Amino acid sequence: MEIQLNAVPHADRPLLEILHLKKHYPVTRGLLKRTVGYVKAVDDVSLTIYPGQTLGLVGESGSGKTTLAHSVMRGITPTAGSVIFHDDHLGPVDVASADPAALRHVRRNMQMVFQDPFSSLNPRMTVLDIIAEPLQVNQIAKGKAAQERVAELLQLVGLRPEYMRRFPHAFSGGQRQRIVVARALALNPRLVLLDEPTSALDVSIQAQTLNLLKDLQSRLNLSYLFISHDLGVVEHVSDTVAVMYVGRVVEVAPTRKLYQQPKHPYTEALLSSIPKPDPTRKKRRIAIAGEIPNPANPPPGCHFHPRCPYAQPICAHEAPPLREVTPGQFAACHFSDELNLKGVNDF
Amino acid sequence: MEILRKTGNQTGARIARKEDEAKVVSVRRLMWLRFKRNRLAVIGGIFLLLMYLAAIFAGFIAPNDPTMVHSQYVSMAPHGLNFVDTDGNFHLIPFVYGVKSAVDPATFRKTFQIIPEEKYPLQFFVRGSEYTILGIFRTDIHLFGVEEPGKLFLFGTDTQGRDIFSRVWFGAQVSLSVGLLGVFLTLVFGSIIGIASGYIGGLFDDIIQRVIELLMSFPQLPLWLALAALVPDNWPSDRIYFAITIVLAILSWGALARQTRSMVYALREADFVTAARYSNCSDWRIITRHLLPNTMSHIIVIATTAIPGMILGETALSFLGLGIRSPLISWGLLLTDAQHIRVLVQQPWILTPAIFVIATIIAFNFLGDGLRDAADPFAK
Repeated sequence: MEIQLNAVPHADRPLLEILHLKKHYPVTRGLLKRTVGYVKAVDDVSLTIYPGQTLGLVGESGSGKTTLAHSVMRGITPTAGSVIFHDDHLGPVDVASADPAALRHVRRNMQMVFQDPFSSLNPRMTVLDIIAEPLQVNQIAKGKAAQERVAELLQLVGLRPEYMRRFPHAFSGGQRQRIVVARALALNPRLVLLDEPTSALDVSIQAQTLNLLKDLQSRLNLSYLFISHDLGVVEHVSDTVAVMYVGRVVEVAPTRKLYQQPKHPYTEALLSSIPKPDPTRKKRRIAIAGEIPNPANPPPGCHFHPRCPYAQPICAHEAPPLREVTPGQFAACHFSDELNLKGVNDF
Repeated sequence: MEILRKTGNQTGARIARKEDEAKVVSVRRLMWLRFKRNRLAVIGGIFLLLMYLAAIFAGFIAPNDPTMVHSQYVSMAPHGLNFVDTDGNFHLIPFVYGVKSAVDPATFRKTFQIIPEEKYPLQFFVRGSEYTILGIFRTDIHLFGVEEPGKLFLFGTDTQGRDIFSRVWFGAQVSLSVGLLGVFLTLVFGSIIGIASGYIGGLFDDIIQRVIELLMSFPQLPLWLALAALVPDNWPSDRIYFAITIVLAILSWGALARQTRSMVYALREADFVTAARYSNCSDWRIITRHLLPNTMSHIIVIATTAIPGMILGETALSFLGLGIRSPLISWGLLLTDAQHIRVLVQQPWILTPAIFVIATIIAFNFLGDGLRDAADPFAK
């Protein structure tokens, strides 16, 4: 095992800071591609990830979670805002505007695991080629050395090194996701962006994969951005949780606080939807009326107001800012202080 | 005892490892297994393999020189091999009768009559006219033939007295290779443009797509004819051959480029390509290691299905007199004789080359079908 443990940096020095990040897609119409509007996939999002910690990101489909992750990797160039990665060698680097050399360097320290383990492995490459590719491309190891490193990584994620000559189609979904994780870890990154890493897997395999991820985090001092729409999973892995709704963050808080005393009605509604294995429990779910709005044409004011059971006239024309409601807990609601919202155990 | 157990364990381990290796199936092998399941495709493939082999060894299979004019035997119907002679005797080795020609006094048409006394038994590995194989080996040994002055015209002779059977095999050399060469040009040109268009995208993609649309909206035959008419008459025949191939390829690369482009377009957004980009892979590496291997099998399938069109195109051009010209022989050229209805009625055997065209096209279609299934071995 040659995986070096990074010395735990000062806890209050962040690893990644997302500052006022925006990604607006123009909506064009006609032959001349006239811009008629914008889809605000990510609209002024600020988040911070600390070394060795996990930031959970929850939200419905289409709330901009994946766009945010790809913007952090700069697979998507953000419209505005910055993504500051605190690199050990280069110091703070703004990924959103980094030059190619800096971007190459930062990407070694930031890797991403995708949702679908069936499309994230090239069917024409062996597991060895797939995991060794980052090593070769970044001129870290090749040939025999790369092979040894691949064997080591496979063991790390709980697969037999003998499997490295096989092709992806010989593996199950859970095994494939382990291969994806092994590839992401090949470059010894500091931060791993996990985009719904378990949602395509069977429930029993989900638990195994989550435990593997937690285990790897403590062994390698990794930081995670954990994207999911499964609140139970997020509670299990996250130190801090951010809730997104139509491109905006509506609440950020330490996991316990957010689950026990949510300060945003949307968070409350999400928490009420977590299924519980208790047959005697009466259903007291808060069914959210309506659909998630079209991000090309979101409602004015607070985006959640048409579906919010506590909505007041002000909500329809004034967007609430994200403010600190209790220490460490931020919510974007006009009535966070007045409302007494139910936590996850109150349902 | 200890040693015994140890060796026993080792063999066990070795067998286990062997089994493990046997389980490691590459995508290529999966494709082969899937292809084999399609009987018709396998039959088509074998037929085509034999046809191409026959074309290469045309001189060996053909008993006569294809350009040799047998002035005594013009427009003679096929006169085949006989096992039983006019007296009802059975011969183990088939033979052909000698033939004498006469003019029918009523119609003034040439007629042929067999001479029962003259029998020429079929012989194998006989010496005859000289020929070369692939332009390298010079020899005069033919697979079969009859002794002079006997004549063997299995498919009869054409209006100039040349052996159609021999001409079919020499014609196959041109007709079959035009398809391959044309498709090769299409493949190279079409896939490069298609990949570039799909990968670069944006304005470049738009322009390329419009150009292809323009190209594909031309009526095919008139454009072929116009281009073929541009080929100067005085060019040597091999140059004309390449010119015709290029003319055929010009119209078919567009379709291939389009399909390649759409595949690249879809793959470009695949997670494994994004992952490669996030691991600092260069565009070149993404194209050569990720996009090409995943599109190549589909591209080859598309190309295979384009071969019949090429062969038919060549046949059509040559039939109309704008394609392959004498002294080269092609199937289309052989069918030129059939343009006159009088010839067609009186000498239907000159249509024999058409049977070969049809059989080859059908075989290519069967093969293409099987390859299409095999190209995606994971599809259910």
